[in-house]
Amino acid sequence: MNLKELSKQEERLESGHRLCPGCALPMIARQLLHSLHGEPVVVGCATGCLEVSTTIYPYTAWKTPWIHNAFENVAATMSGAETAYRVLQKRGKIPKDKKIKFLAIGGDGGTYDIGLQSLSGTLERGHNLVYVCMDNEAYQNTGIQRSSSTPFAAATNTSPVGKIKKGKEQFKKDLTAVIAGHHIPYVAQASPHNWVDLMKKAEKAFAVEGPAFINTISPCVPGWGYKSDQTQEMARLAVDTCFWPLFEIENDVWKLNYNPGDKKEPIINWCKHQARFRHLLKPENKELLDKFQAHVDERWEWVKKQCGK
Amino acid sequence: MSAKRTPRALTGDDAVGEAMRQINPDVVPAYPITPQTEIMHHFAKYVANGEVDTELICVESEHSAMSAAVGASCAGARVMTATAANGLALMWEIVYIAASTRLPIVMNVVNRALSGPINIHCDHSDSMGCRDSGWIQIYSETAQEAYEHTMMAMRIAENHDVLLPVMVCQDGFITSHSVERVDVFEDEDIKKWVGEFVPKYTLLNTDNPHTVGPLDLYDYYFEHKRQQMDAMEKAKGVIKQVFSEFEKFSGKPFDFIESYRLDDADTAIVALSSSCGTIKDVVDDLREKGQKVGLLKIRVFRPFMPEMITTALKSCKGVAILDRSASFGGFGGPIFTEVRSAFHEWKEKPHIINYIYGLGGREFTIKHAHQVFNELEEVKKGNLGIKVRSLGSRE
Repeated sequence: MNLKELSKQEERLESGHRLCPGCALPMIARQLLHSLHGEPVVVGCATGCLEVSTTIYPYTAWKTPWIHNAFENVAATMSGAETAYRVLQKRGKIPKDKKIKFLAIGGDGGTYDIGLQSLSGTLERGHNLVYVCMDNEAYQNTGIQRSSSTPFAAATNTSPVGKIKKGKEQFKKDLTAVIAGHHIPYVAQASPHNWVDLMKKAEKAFAVEGPAFINTISPCVPGWGYKSDQTQEMARLAVDTCFWPLFEIENDVWKLNYNPGDKKEPIINWCKHQARFRHLLKPENKELLDKFQAHVDERWEWVKKQCGK
Repeated sequence: MSAKRTPRALTGDDAVGEAMRQINPDVVPAYPITPQTEIMHHFAKYVANGEVDTELICVESEHSAMSAAVGASCAGARVMTATAANGLALMWEIVYIAASTRLPIVMNVVNRALSGPINIHCDHSDSMGCRDSGWIQIYSETAQEAYEHTMMAMRIAENHDVLLPVMVCQDGFITSHSVERVDVFEDEDIKKWVGEFVPKYTLLNTDNPHTVGPLDLYDYYFEHKRQQMDAMEKAKGVIKQVFSEFEKFSGKPFDFIESYRLDDADTAIVALSSSCGTIKDVVDDLREKGQKVGLLKIRVFRPFMPEMITTALKSCKGVAILDRSASFGGFGGPIFTEVRSAFHEWKEKPHIINYIYGLGGREFTIKHAHQVFNELEEVKKGNLGIKVRSLGSRE
């Protein structure tokens, strides 16, 4: 895979959409689409930024079949589309050799929270589709409210920093591990700053028979509060602080794809660029920062252990 | 000559399962809920035995059932499902989306009371609650009708002038679990009559991609709703045509409404579904005694046919509308408000009262039908008394 070759591939998510400057969502979407190297794909999006900003009627940025149904049901919706494909092929209504891939995309709200049941059911039933969560760690589309994916101590409009409370009081849900519990053929965690890793994972996900899931970190300029040219840097720091480890689980075998080793950065290096963590820089909140760091370290050790490291 | 049929002893659920077997749809996403479960048991057996080659998706909720139905239908598949009560309520959001995406999904609703308190028996609170969701609604008096309506629903839904989902309703337990004689058509005849589904658009057309379900704001949303209204208007003609084609096929007449001994009726009851059988019995009884009574059965509630209904009731001086669902805080039940409003321009119109009855499976017997006709004797003189009454409940 090289950039020169990839640059020759057709864009199936066109420019001209209305996502924020610096948004990670179209970066991830384009990496996913390019990983298909032109293979036909039906894309489904849960309600969210990517959906509303790319398909404002009568316009669409998608040059591939695309469907949005509702917020919590992209997995079930795509399970229906994928089933239709199988049965129509079986019945000879579409050519036997016509290969179509199915890609479902949800944000963290649509995946960790309201759409988790729909996703779990779809994975359990074994549909041949790829589900990608673009995790921007809050309900950004509705104006930055906390989700179960929002990190500890992060300020959102429903977990604000006040006189008594200092941002979200709970830790982030470990969704990737929850999905791993479904024992599907392929599960991975990826980041758009490491596009080679993300695209290789997407290639594997599309190649397996049965369901595959990729969780991607998706920095959000207004939600996280950083400069719009720092998106890839925010993604990199999420990985280098080991807040967002890059790993994959192929047929239940965990593998660490990246280990910063001695270059592991403290979580403050990620937090200090983001308005949602601004309060953690204050000396009186050191306890919170320490608690956050301890949790990140604990999760990192756990992931390494799963990966046999 | 009408198509060959074989009499069988079937429940309403059996009959619908049989209809689904004969239709052999592409995809059936479904989730169990009493009293719909028997339909799915039958269908799962047909799938397991290879009697159909449908893909059955046993989803994890009704919400996902309708969501998968939408996905499959957008991909060009012929899709059927079935539900009841709380299941219908859980899929509510997507029930609206299915209609506004113009998807010809056929769903059997085995009418059951909505919680709470939880109750598994018949009333129409479930389907009446989504009467404005954009689905065509057909109500079945018998298992035979549930069977036949399901066949016709497929043709109505898939007509390119309509492309709207259809709900075929039958009464939970009363119809769904009672064994009746059902005349079943030959598999081959049904296959031919129902025909193949030719989708207008499909997600699987990757050479000519299109976007389904975009964000639709104040500049276009209204026009799309107007198109939905127009489709419902066009559905009237298509339903009529499908009814007449089914009449040719089966030899049995169908219409939006069924007028039972209404021609010279002084008083009449308006009702839906299984209660109509009971009322017909009482009408016959009273007619024998010289009382000019009749029944108007509404088969198709959506689209609603105001002129047809008022014309059928034109000779009546007193009319009782039976609603098997309550509209809390409203002026009577949903059928009452619409039928009564349909008479607005009429100079000489009947006196109309409403009965809320049969909630949560409360029995409706000939005794109750007699009571209504009895009370109509006073109502027809203009002594309306209480306009919205309860029938068969303790005071």
